[in-house]
Amino acid sequence: MRVVAAMSGGVDSAVAASRMVEAGHEVVGVHLALSQNAATLRESARGCCTIEDAGDARRVADVLGIPFYVWDMATRFRRDVVDDFVAEYAAGRTPNPCLRCNEKIKFAALLDKALALGFDAVATGHYAQVVETPGGRRELHRAVDPAKDQSYVLGVLDAAQLARSFFPLGDTTKPEIREEARARGFFVASKPDSHDVCFIADGDTKGWLTARLGEQPGDIVDADGAVVGRHTGAYSYTVGQRRGLGLAKDTLDGEPRYVLQVEASTNTVVIGTRDLLGVDAVTGSHARWCGPPPEGVISVGAQVRAHGEEVPATAWADGEVVHVRLDERVRGVAPGQSVVLYDGTRVVGSATITDAALSTRPKP
Amino acid sequence: MTRLDGPLSWSGRARAYAAKSKIYRVRHYLDHAATTPMRAAAIEAMAAQQQLVGNASSLHTSGRAARRVVEESRESIAGAIGCRPSEVVFTSGGTESDNLAIQGTFAARRDAGRVRLLVSAIEHHAVLDCVDFLVAHEGAKVTWLDCDASGVVHPETVQRAVEEDPDSVALVSLMWANNEVGTVQDVAAAAAVAHEFGIPLHTDAVQALGHLPLDVASSDVDLMSLTGHKVGGPVGVGALVLKRSATIVPLSHGGGQERGVRSGTLDVAAIRAFAVAVDAAARELLSESSRLVGLRDWLISGAMALGYDIEAGGTWVAGDATTRLPGNAHLIVPGCEGDSLLYLLDAAGIECSTGSACQAGVPQPSHVLLAMGLTEQRARGALRVTLGHTSTSDDVEAFLGALPAAVERARRAAGSR
Repeated sequence: MRVVAAMSGGVDSAVAASRMVEAGHEVVGVHLALSQNAATLRESARGCCTIEDAGDARRVADVLGIPFYVWDMATRFRRDVVDDFVAEYAAGRTPNPCLRCNEKIKFAALLDKALALGFDAVATGHYAQVVETPGGRRELHRAVDPAKDQSYVLGVLDAAQLARSFFPLGDTTKPEIREEARARGFFVASKPDSHDVCFIADGDTKGWLTARLGEQPGDIVDADGAVVGRHTGAYSYTVGQRRGLGLAKDTLDGEPRYVLQVEASTNTVVIGTRDLLGVDAVTGSHARWCGPPPEGVISVGAQVRAHGEEVPATAWADGEVVHVRLDERVRGVAPGQSVVLYDGTRVVGSATITDAALSTRPKP
Repeated sequence: MTRLDGPLSWSGRARAYAAKSKIYRVRHYLDHAATTPMRAAAIEAMAAQQQLVGNASSLHTSGRAARRVVEESRESIAGAIGCRPSEVVFTSGGTESDNLAIQGTFAARRDAGRVRLLVSAIEHHAVLDCVDFLVAHEGAKVTWLDCDASGVVHPETVQRAVEEDPDSVALVSLMWANNEVGTVQDVAAAAAVAHEFGIPLHTDAVQALGHLPLDVASSDVDLMSLTGHKVGGPVGVGALVLKRSATIVPLSHGGGQERGVRSGTLDVAAIRAFAVAVDAAARELLSESSRLVGLRDWLISGAMALGYDIEAGGTWVAGDATTRLPGNAHLIVPGCEGDSLLYLLDAAGIECSTGSACQAGVPQPSHVLLAMGLTEQRARGALRVTLGHTSTSDDVEAFLGALPAAVERARRAAGSR
């Protein structure tokens, strides 16, 4: 097959590309230029679009003896990921930009361009597994390394996208990948993992959002609606957040308070005690199924945030809307995140969380 | 030119893969404006000189021998471009020559309130970014000289820009021939305008050397940038022609080599190879020019005849070697992204360019095409195909053979965005 290996400049995509070459595919390395300001040289490997990262990817391609190009997707990335990120926070939700990037850039813009240029598929360094069924259908499964599993951020892929995707690292653990990179002589073998949001250089999401949305002072209220404090922008709060509420301790009973809800329409942050945080009824929109949509009520495992625990649940679809009833309460379920449904290790589908509540408790 | 294998240093595995994948098969190199293969005589001269020791500034026998090679090279190059040997200052190449000419002249003339730079909007980035730097950090002012739709900067444009305030002008800079669309400027006419007001003129002649007859004396330019690797010499050596009447302040200070304006130990082997390449190019200039014009015209008309609404960028008159560089074919392919075309042609063994500058490996919409009035959309479909001394009809035929499939694929890719 003719395959585009997306190469970020990190160790994972380097090993993924080399495994594709070794499997006998005709591989071309492509680094995506996603930053509006590509000419920045940063020291840490926080992002994946500095000149240094592009150079690292190029050197790996040289070692593999494969052609290498940089494709400019900065405009698409800004529109579909960065602007979306800002708009979601402004609406009081907590987006997952990695998931959005997979949905809109890597397995849409990149995949489409690759297919149009005559390639058959895209390979990335994500930790997930694609399993082909005897019937020829491709299923997405969790990676064998639970600490690195990225099936959650790939849960938005539909069957057509999965049919054109390779994740060659899903059967290996991260330490083994680093070892393999060392054995292959890649100098990126010891490069630190990327983390946080790649387009926020200093990791200060609140400061980054404030620079774009401006200060919007408003009230922090308790579950009964009494004003207990002030904030400078409801958009920078996330459900489940405990730190940074800026409450004068003596006005409360000394028990920690958590963000229960972010109301964008009234610019209000609702807080409450830990026991009010638990939910078991999650509703999602924008349903995506990695195969045929489920019929009736199904038993699944549900994961409501990246690196979160999977919880037993039942779910049923109603068109684009998915209802999930968790068997146990989960705290800190933020609208805007995805709920990804699993059957064993298999990803069944996903939806964007619009609402989370406790089935036995009336909404505040 | 065709070449059969990959880099010599490749590992056995990479080499085996390359052979198997047929990605590195016969290559057609059509990017001579980026760099052109070194001439065999230049490689030989360089290798021979590298066997010898000698700092051209040393006073002993070896030093004198090295100095002699430098001076003979200087005389040879001066002869080829119609200036005095003492007017040739060796540098590391075009970018350094442009920086030395512009920053050096600005520093020399600014004291008298002459801080305005008159610069064409279609210059190479070595000129543009140098001017931007002076504006941002040194108090320079700039008046951009517009070009017409074929990339020509008219002498009247220069005249008008000077007359806004003649006493404030430090320098006029106008390239001899454009590196993207190949348009040749009437530099002599611009120099005449500048000289009416006592203003010096610099020309970046990097693309012209060896391809167009250059005569410093009759064109009357004051400063001219040249480089070795566009004529079959090595990368890393060039020259700034600096008329004795022109005064510049040096950028680097040290041993006082090259009339004190460009300190640093001279690279004797590279200078010798540079001179050999210039000499060879000058000798065959007339015959080579008409040969390349023939190939160029075939390439342009052949591409236009394919039926994809392809147009020639810049000024193109079949058979003409005076208004457009003989080896430059510039194509606007509607509905395509240049970088898609570049990839597809590369995969088919054809090496060319989008012509525009890259930022971190990403081609940017060309400032030259935008200055010529093209929309950003059309500018994105630019493809620069440049011929040189090793180009053959095989190369043109291969290009024209590979283009239709590439255009169709690239259009599908553009449609999918």
